[in-house]
Amino acid sequence: MPLLKIRNIETYYGPIMAIKGVSLDVEEGSIVTILGANGAGKTTILKTISGVMDPEKGSIEFLGQSIEGLAPDKIVRMGISHVPEGREVFEELTVKENLIMGAYLRNDRAEIRQDLKTMYNYFPVLGERTAQQAGSLSGGEQQMLAIGRALMSRPKLLLLDEPSLGLSPILMQEIFQIIKRINSEQKTSMLIVEQNALMALTLAQHGYVLELGRIVLEDSCKELMENEDIKEFYLGVKEESIRGTKRWKRKKKWR
Amino acid sequence: MNLLNEILQTILSGISVGCIYGLIALGFVMIFKATEVINFAQGELMMVGAFIAFSLISFFHLSYWTTLLLTTLIMALFGMIIERVVLRPLVGQPIFSLVMVTIGMMIFFKSVVSMIPFWGTDTYGFGTPFTEKLVRYNEIIVSWEHLSIIILTLLLILALFIFFRFTKMGVAMRATSQNQLAAVYMGISVNRVFSLTWVISAILGGFAGILLSPITFVHMNMGLIGLKAMPAAILGGFYSIPGAVVGGLIIGVTESLAGAYLPIGWKDVAAWIILILVLVIRPYGLFGTELKKKV
Ligand SMILES: Nc1ncnc2c1ncn2[C@@H]1O[C@H](COP(=O)(O)OP(=O)(O)O)[C@@H](O)[C@H]1O
Ligand SMILES: [Mg+2]
Repeated sequence: MPLLKIRNIETYYGPIMAIKGVSLDVEEGSIVTILGANGAGKTTILKTISGVMDPEKGSIEFLGQSIEGLAPDKIVRMGISHVPEGREVFEELTVKENLIMGAYLRNDRAEIRQDLKTMYNYFPVLGERTAQQAGSLSGGEQQMLAIGRALMSRPKLLLLDEPSLGLSPILMQEIFQIIKRINSEQKTSMLIVEQNALMALTLAQHGYVLELGRIVLEDSCKELMENEDIKEFYLGVKEESIRGTKRWKRKKKWR
Repeated sequence: MNLLNEILQTILSGISVGCIYGLIALGFVMIFKATEVINFAQGELMMVGAFIAFSLISFFHLSYWTTLLLTTLIMALFGMIIERVVLRPLVGQPIFSLVMVTIGMMIFFKSVVSMIPFWGTDTYGFGTPFTEKLVRYNEIIVSWEHLSIIILTLLLILALFIFFRFTKMGVAMRATSQNQLAAVYMGISVNRVFSLTWVISAILGGFAGILLSPITFVHMNMGLIGLKAMPAAILGGFYSIPGAVVGGLIIGVTESLAGAYLPIGWKDVAAWIILILVLVIRPYGLFGTELKKKV
């Protein structure tokens, strides 16, 4: 049984249907990625999972329990934690206060203190700046803080919304390395949404391709990396035969 | 020595009135930070608190300290009810509508108080353990009345400081006012934060009422003092808790000095003159920065 099982969800912004019947699974302990261009609906899917938005139709099961429509705090309590797009740290709180907020629903003081140490171990920069205001951190440091904050709730499933957004390639590498390490050490399952397809496909085991609110392709990341359309449209690999005007005429096979 | 003493007295009474402006301004700031609503009924919360304290002392013959404690509890409950009954059903409505609702509450509280038997439209007062007591230090004479206001305000502010800095709920309230969406992702209940915000504001109002009553008496229109706390809050930047207190003190002292040494009339405009001067130099107030709130 998968840890997270989504079936045919439809999510609306007012009258606009942003997610048009999406189904996906996240197996326990795995890293799954959703690729998609800007506006495809990636963020909306994550928001629907974490309960910030409610799906109009469809079902979301976590640990075998149906969670669609539950309030966000119930979902955090069940073990899903969200690293939002654009980091969204509490800018005027200190690094430590931000991390403590990640553990808002927990009451085990001693263990929280232990987890703080674990976070400073994963992210030594944060350990050096515990008393600094989060707003004064660099983009990469804020991303680390957002991830650390989400981990402080001890999630079974971590939702990551474009963790590489706006970071330099080196920082991106660093963040992805840490994500991988956390996945293998803490056994935290991950659902990562990315525009940077190469990174995501290297990191994850299974991938979904989202276009205009629909899943158009699903496969193991290994297979996806070999897929011609993925290569062309997501990895930016250009082949000799399809250049210039001809390229624009080519159709993606999945349409 | 006489003149010095007189000036000192004037400043001290300015500081004590300033403390009360500060407490009301703090109420404004608390609610504004959390919900972006300016609560025009903050002064009336103070008025209700004063009437409750007056009743506990005069009709139930409770001691000052018991009254202080009980009034705080009653006001906390009152704040909770206001949030639950009046404001929560309006979540998602435009801010403007919410502000209009607070103006409605202001009028409503006044009318209700004027209709309650033994409250009504008369002026009342009550004694405190500090009434008519003086502190002498060499030739300097200070009234306990003023000193007690300053000390109690300091204690209340210290309690608030500890709450917001060191308790999980306090930090969560600050977090929510900075980034509501992120707070929701942490599992923080925004409703609970708003409720607590009103509880604290009502307590601040009640406290201000108890402290103010011995110097200005209890009356249904005493909430008008909220209009003077407004410039105090703006002076502090409307976003800053220390700013509200400092703003209150500045206005209290200026007013007191203007009342003593300038022609009649200056006292009432002093607050606004200071406000305009400060805003010309620092448009976001003494402690304010450009707004950068994320909702
Ligand atoms: N607050 C909103 N109101 C209306 N439409 C929105 C809102 N947020 C996103 N959308 C629309 O929903 C679609 C999916 O958005 P989103 O999930 O943010 O995409 P992605 O994260 O893949 O870039 C887009 O077409 C976007 O324009
Ligand atoms: Mg997005």
